[in-house]
Amino acid sequence: MNGQEAAVVVNDPSLIIIALLPFIGALLPGMMIRAGRNACAIFTALPTVLSLIMLLLLAPSVMAGQIITVELSWLPQLGLSVAFFLDGLGLLFAAMILGVGLLITLYARFYLSGDDPMGQFYTYLLLFQGAMLGIVLSDNILLLLIFWELTSLSSFLLIGYWKHLPEGRQGARMALAVTAAGGLAMIGGMLILGEIAGSYKLTDILAAGEAIRASDWYMPALILILLGAFTKSAQFPFHFWLPHAMAAPTPVSAYLHSATMVKAGVFLMARMWPVLAGTEAWFYIVTTTGLVTMVLGALIALFKDDLKALLAFSTVSHLGLLTMLLGFGTPMAAVVAVFHIINHLTFKAALFMTAGIIDHEAHTRDIKRLGGLRTLMPVTFVLGTIAALSMAGIPLLNGFLSKEMMLEEASHTDWAGSPWALPVLATLGALLSVAYSFRFIVHVFFGRVREDYPHKPHDPPFGLWIAPALLVGLVVLIGILPHVAEPLVRVAAGAVTGGTLPEFHLKIWHGITPALYMSVIAVLAGAALLAAHRPLDRAWIAAPRPEAKAIFDGLVGGAVGLSRWVTQRTHDGAMSRYLAIFVGSTTLLGYLAWRGGGMPPQTREMLPVPPLVLVGWVLLLVAAGSMALMHRNRFRSLVVMGVIGLTISVGFVYLSAPDLALTQISVETVTIMLLLLALHYMPKASPVESSAGRRIRDGVIAIAGGAGVGALALMFLLRDTPTISDYHLANSYEGGGGTNVVNVILVDFRGYDTYGEIIVLGIAGLIIYAVMEALLNGPAARKLRNTDYSLDRSRDRHPLMMVIATRVMMPIAILVGVYIFLRGHNQPGGGFVAGLVVSIALLMQYMASGFAWTQSRQKIEYHAMIGWGVVIAGLTGAGAWLGGKPFLTSGYDYFHFPPIEEFELATAMLFDLGVFLAVLGAVMLMLYSLSRIARYAGETVNREPMDYDPSADRTTRTTKEQE
Amino acid sequence: MEFIVASSVGALTAAGIYLILRLRAFSTILGLALLSYAVNIFLFASGRLSIDMPPVLSPYGEANYTDPLPQALVLTAIVISFGMTAVLVMVALGAYLESDDDRIDMAEAAENAEYGAGGRE
Repeated sequence: MNGQEAAVVVNDPSLIIIALLPFIGALLPGMMIRAGRNACAIFTALPTVLSLIMLLLLAPSVMAGQIITVELSWLPQLGLSVAFFLDGLGLLFAAMILGVGLLITLYARFYLSGDDPMGQFYTYLLLFQGAMLGIVLSDNILLLLIFWELTSLSSFLLIGYWKHLPEGRQGARMALAVTAAGGLAMIGGMLILGEIAGSYKLTDILAAGEAIRASDWYMPALILILLGAFTKSAQFPFHFWLPHAMAAPTPVSAYLHSATMVKAGVFLMARMWPVLAGTEAWFYIVTTTGLVTMVLGALIALFKDDLKALLAFSTVSHLGLLTMLLGFGTPMAAVVAVFHIINHLTFKAALFMTAGIIDHEAHTRDIKRLGGLRTLMPVTFVLGTIAALSMAGIPLLNGFLSKEMMLEEASHTDWAGSPWALPVLATLGALLSVAYSFRFIVHVFFGRVREDYPHKPHDPPFGLWIAPALLVGLVVLIGILPHVAEPLVRVAAGAVTGGTLPEFHLKIWHGITPALYMSVIAVLAGAALLAAHRPLDRAWIAAPRPEAKAIFDGLVGGAVGLSRWVTQRTHDGAMSRYLAIFVGSTTLLGYLAWRGGGMPPQTREMLPVPPLVLVGWVLLLVAAGSMALMHRNRFRSLVVMGVIGLTISVGFVYLSAPDLALTQISVETVTIMLLLLALHYMPKASPVESSAGRRIRDGVIAIAGGAGVGALALMFLLRDTPTISDYHLANSYEGGGGTNVVNVILVDFRGYDTYGEIIVLGIAGLIIYAVMEALLNGPAARKLRNTDYSLDRSRDRHPLMMVIATRVMMPIAILVGVYIFLRGHNQPGGGFVAGLVVSIALLMQYMASGFAWTQSRQKIEYHAMIGWGVVIAGLTGAGAWLGGKPFLTSGYDYFHFPPIEEFELATAMLFDLGVFLAVLGAVMLMLYSLSRIARYAGETVNREPMDYDPSADRTTRTTKEQE
Repeated sequence: MEFIVASSVGALTAAGIYLILRLRAFSTILGLALLSYAVNIFLFASGRLSIDMPPVLSPYGEANYTDPLPQALVLTAIVISFGMTAVLVMVALGAYLESDDDRIDMAEAAENAEYGAGGRE
């Protein structure tokens, strides 16, 4: 606040409770509806009442000029905090939201029929109320934006409450589209403001008005924020959603379109007034928009036959009036705006409720089918007439006071050098306003009683008219004794202008002023206009007018068509197309990023290339090229892939990565075996399917992508960046007890990662097992049985040499595995590699002697092995808790038993054992699952380890293949 | 040496991309395997290249070591990419056996996916 006296800031946490009570309360109605409609309504009112009481407890200090704040940190990195503050403007709006909310709760209890799900209604209502309250109390613009969008969402639910009506659904969708789109624009504007002010706290931004107005970014921010405010407050040309939102139940219309939703835009303009107002741009954009909206809304309202549509356009018109006043940018105009906000709320909410009563009782709200209700519904007549007269601006009612003040302000404001433009148009707006207000009274209540009402009207029960009656009471009270509203207007307007207020007093008689003449003209001419309504109405209906809904539907239809077209083009179910788009656009983005950023200087020299490496390089390039060119012959490409994998392993050895080399070489072996097994049951060649053009296109994408990745790799290989690796090197021995830093990182520093990864690998194994189970119980099994694979098979399926060799190698291979496992902590090796080596040793048995023979000799379930691996690793990690250390902290010590050298035992080794078991189990489970297919493909079961066993007796030799 | 490694990564990537753009599941799996090689080398190379400096602490005092962290990450990446390849192979095999076809593009499905125009209010 940059006011003359620094306002006293008081911290009070109860503000958070006020703001959150409606949200918490929103849970109640849905549950309480089981206890009946009254209980439901009472429990809706309860949080509202509590909030209102707490607000009123804070009110005296706010009225005394204090500002109440509270702040909780939420996402400080984004500048987002749960910060609320309550000043005069916030107090006014919060009181309006809660007070009218209470009346609406009461009114809706009697308005909704037994068929309507009342619990839902009240839940939506409270959600909306909470969102509105959040907007007016937020002290953080990011938080404000969240609540802003929440009002769009919750109003969508409220407007579309009667889901069975197409108008309700369409109206709700239109309201959501317009207001949420405006909200998105506003997010942009608010972020700009926050960037200029250097803080997302509203109070900081309000204090930075000078800097913001001077900034180059002022215009974009202004336009974006005004887009949000104008869409929400239904300003021209975004006014069209509001009348369509009238498809909602009347309590919703009364709440959203008098006190809350549409006032949010006005509130925002008032809130941002100290920051944004006072410039040429602000004056012309805001004033002009408001003026046009005011006149246009009033004009359309005059010719609407639907009572609620008439009120809707009158609301549009009055919002235009408020916008225009805020646009003037003078403190006095701001005072008038605040005063009119209060007055408009009282008479318009009452009018909406009256319209609802008429609809409820006469079963129609078409003015042309009504008339003569004065004698049939006397109470409604009194309430409706007083409220409508206030809307027309007749003395002794509050509408008169603020309209007079508005005309007074308009009378001495120039618009583009013309002193006449504003006064004349403002008088025209007032004139039209008189005309439609009188029409509301005359065409509905006066005239003769008709015979053809859809339902015989009579006054509603007390519960339905008490709410508008209270509001009408306020209309009269403020109209006769305006000074009762003066303190509230003063403190709220003070908050709008930031402290500096002109001398003013709210009173009925201002003397003979230009405004008085304008008022008199407006009332007389308005009455005359109504007298001529019938011919005018005919002309209006005959005249061509642009239909906003048709335009909106056309735009939406166009957008839907466009997005459907784009989706069809890019997302047509062809995976190769997605991948091409993905790779192409990623490469392009990478290129753009490289173009945009500066390149740091080269800091490393290239290492020399010995001739042997050159040979390996050529081998790799040729292999990669042949993979791409000869991929149709699938066996050959697998062989070439093996070459690539082995070359890479050798490369790892050369480039100081022995662990990687070991892993790569064993994984390579297992992968190729797996692919070979799978290929046995798949087509052995890929047919030519894509056209030459398509292949060239793919080739271009591939080469561009490859060149991009290669260039990126070269760029960073020649430059140094800071790393955290020194820590690992320094602490490997001290902290992890091992000299093989890679292994220590795996089982200690980043043990959590490894733990997760063995679980993933185990899951992969189980998935394969499960898929295979499903396959072999489905149609695939039948197909396998009926396909003849015998041609692919070698005649000597289990060659003698191989069986013998694998038997001999088995213990050696396992010993190697154990050796690699044991030395892993200090030398290249470890659980991963050992697991792979042992699984290869076991696989060789399967290959040599067949599935069934090996399976019958295998005693451990692979599933269990995966499980044990994960459990052992987990328990090892958990063991650290016993020593009071965090999960996976490792310990180690050295032991000496006389015949053997001193050696080390570390808990990390136990963890590595878990890794070993999980890897072994997963790999074996995968290959085992694939091999099972063979049983279904008609492969014979061999009971002997080899096809021809020279040592066995002739008579016992198996000749299964002949069976 | 840096150029050798970078160009190898590029060549493997290019071949991998070309293969994943083919229309058959098996080619796509081969392409993904090639891409895994490329990614693994790429990650490994982010520790910069060095020769004869394995990250195994020397008992003989001061020595230079290469960056161990990328190696540890790549080690698990190699094993995980094996798991991924295995699952993909299994799925491809299953799809082939069930549908008698190992094409990957859902050409017919795309035609059926025409939105029910006018189905909305």
